[in-house]
Amino acid sequence: MVDIQPANASSASRLTWQRRRIGFSRGWAAFRHNRRGMLGLIVLAGFGLVAVLSPLLVSPDSIDPSSATGTPNSPPTAGYPLGTDSFGRSVLSLLIVGTRVSLTVGLAATAAAVFIGATFGLLSGYYGGTAIDRVLGALIDWFLVIPWLVLAIVMAAILGPTLLNIIIVIAVTSWALTARVVRASTLGVRELPFVERARALGATDRSIITRHVLPNVFPVIFAQAVLTVAVAILSETTLAILGLGDPTSISWGRTIQEAFNGGAMTNGYWWWIVPPGLAVVCVTLAFTLCGYALEEVLDPRLRDR
Amino acid sequence: MSLKYIARKAGWALLTLWFILSVNFFLFRIMPGDPVALLARSQRLSPEALDHQRQLFGLDQPLPQQYLTYLRETFSGNLGVSILSGTDVVSMVAARMWPTILLVGIGTLIAAVVGVLLGMRAGWRRGSGIDNGSMYTSLLLYSTPEGWLGMMLLILFAGALGWFPAGGYSSASSGGGAGDVSSHLALPVLTLALGYVGQFFIVMRASMIDVKSQDYIRLARAKGLTDPAVRRHHAAPNALLPTITLIVLSFGFVLGGAIVIETVFSWPGLGLLTYQAIQTLDYPVLQAVFLLSSAAVIVANLIADIAYGLLDPRIEQV
Repeated sequence: MVDIQPANASSASRLTWQRRRIGFSRGWAAFRHNRRGMLGLIVLAGFGLVAVLSPLLVSPDSIDPSSATGTPNSPPTAGYPLGTDSFGRSVLSLLIVGTRVSLTVGLAATAAAVFIGATFGLLSGYYGGTAIDRVLGALIDWFLVIPWLVLAIVMAAILGPTLLNIIIVIAVTSWALTARVVRASTLGVRELPFVERARALGATDRSIITRHVLPNVFPVIFAQAVLTVAVAILSETTLAILGLGDPTSISWGRTIQEAFNGGAMTNGYWWWIVPPGLAVVCVTLAFTLCGYALEEVLDPRLRDR
Repeated sequence: MSLKYIARKAGWALLTLWFILSVNFFLFRIMPGDPVALLARSQRLSPEALDHQRQLFGLDQPLPQQYLTYLRETFSGNLGVSILSGTDVVSMVAARMWPTILLVGIGTLIAAVVGVLLGMRAGWRRGSGIDNGSMYTSLLLYSTPEGWLGMMLLILFAGALGWFPAGGYSSASSGGGAGDVSSHLALPVLTLALGYVGQFFIVMRASMIDVKSQDYIRLARAKGLTDPAVRRHHAAPNALLPTITLIVLSFGFVLGGAIVIETVFSWPGLGLLTYQAIQTLDYPVLQAVFLLSSAAVIVANLIADIAYGLLDPRIEQV
C-alpha cells in the first residue's frame, strides 16, 4: 500500500515548499557550474560587503566638504590611497560611501520596476488577447520605444533632485522590458494543464495568477530583476553625470560629475575620475553576468550563445 | 505589401504620438504651482511676457480647454519661448539640430558597419576567437557609462596624447573648416560608436546563428560552394534583415541619443541644449526636446515597419 499524504492544507503547503526547495537547489547547482555567473556573484558579494560596512569604514566627517582634512587635489599617497578631491576628501572614502548609495538606488529602483513590470506582464499575459492585454500591451510597447533618457530627464527635472525621486524616475523608465518578458512567459504557462485543472476546480483568476502562474514565472522574473539592477545603476550614473542626482548623497555618478565639473579632466586628476567609473563598470558587469547565467540555468538552449 | 498593413502601422504611430503629446501636457501640469509661476520663479520674464505666456497656455481656462489649446498650439508649430533667453523654442532647436545629426549620423553608421561585419563572422563561427573577443568586448562596453567613457577618451587622447581638441565644434584659431570640425568630431563620434556597436553586433550575430541552420544554407553547401561564398552570398543578406530594422530605429534616437556625449565634449547640438536646459530648469526647451525626440523615434519605427514589410513579405501575416 502506497503511503498517501493526508489531504490537509498544512501538508499540501509543506509539499509545495519542499518542491520549491528542491527546484531552488537544482538551480543553484547549475548556477554554481557557470563560471561567469559565479565570477559576477563573487564581485557582487564583495561590493555588497563594502556597502553594508560603509558606516564603519567611513566617518561622516571625513566626507563632509567643510570638515575634510586632506590636501585638496592630491594624487594617491599612503594616507589617501586614491588621492583626494578638490575639497580634500579621500576619494577612497567617497567610493565606499558611493557603493552604498549606488547599490541602494539600483536595488530600490529595480524592486519598483520589477513589481510594475511583473504585475503588468502577468495581467497582460494571463488575459492575453483580451482588451486588458491590448491596453497593457500598448502601454508596454510605448515605454519600450520612447527615448527613456529624455523622459527620465524631463521627469527628474520636474520632480526635483531627491534620492526617492531618482528611484521613481528610474523605475518608471525601466519596467517595460520585464513586463514584455513576463508576458511572453505567462502566455506559455497559461496553457499548461495544471492551470486548466485549477480553473475546472473553480479557482478564481486572482488565485490562479498568484498561486499557479506566478510561482512558475518567478524564475524568469528573478533573472530579469538581476539584469534590471545593471540598467538601474547605469541610469543613476547617467542622470547624476547630467546633474540630476541628489546633491546630498554621494553616489558614484555624483563623484564623476563633481570630478568633471571640478576640473579633473583639464588638470589630469585621474585618481578622482577613473575609480568611480570603474566601480560602475565592475558592478554593472557583475549583475549582467549573473543575470545571463540565471537565464542560461532557466533555459539551457541559451547556453551556446 | 497591403495598404491595410501600412494603415495599421500608421494608426499605431498616430496613437503613440497622441499619447506622447498627452504625457507632455500632463507632466507640465503636475508640477507644483502653475507653470507660469514657475517661469517667473526661474526669472527674467517681464510681467507682460508672463501674461502673454498665461494666455498662451490658457491657464485661466478649465483643463480640457487647456488641453485642446495645447494641442492646437503644438500642431501649429508653437512650442513656447525659452525661460532663459526668451527666444522661440522652435528656432533654438532648429539651430542645434545640424551638429547632432552630424555626430549621431556618423557615429551610428560606423557602429552599424563594424557591428554587422563582426557579428557576421562571429555568428558564422561560434566559439571562435573573434566570437569570444567581440562578445566580451560588447559586454564590457554595455556596462560602461557612455559619459564616463567619453571622459576617459578625453583624458587619454586629448589630455595625455594631445591628438585631438578637448571639446567644442571648432577652434577660433583655425576658423572652423571641414578638417577642423572633423578633428573636434573624432572623439565624440568614437564614444558614440563604441556605445552603440554592441547592439548591432549582438543582433547580427544572433540572426546569423538563426540563418545558419536553414535549409537553403545546406543546399548552398551541397552545391559545393566554398564556405566564404555561402556566408557572403546566402547567409549574410538574409541575416541582415533584423539589423536593418535596428539601424533605422537607431536613427530615430538621433535627438535623444547624444545628450551625455555632447555634454562631455561641449558639442553644441541638441544634447548640449538639453543639458543647459536642465541646469536652468528651462521647461519649455525640455518639453520640446522630449516631444521631438519621441516623434523622431515614432517616425523611425514606422519607416522600419514599412521597410521590413517590403523586404520580407512574410511579415504581414504576423
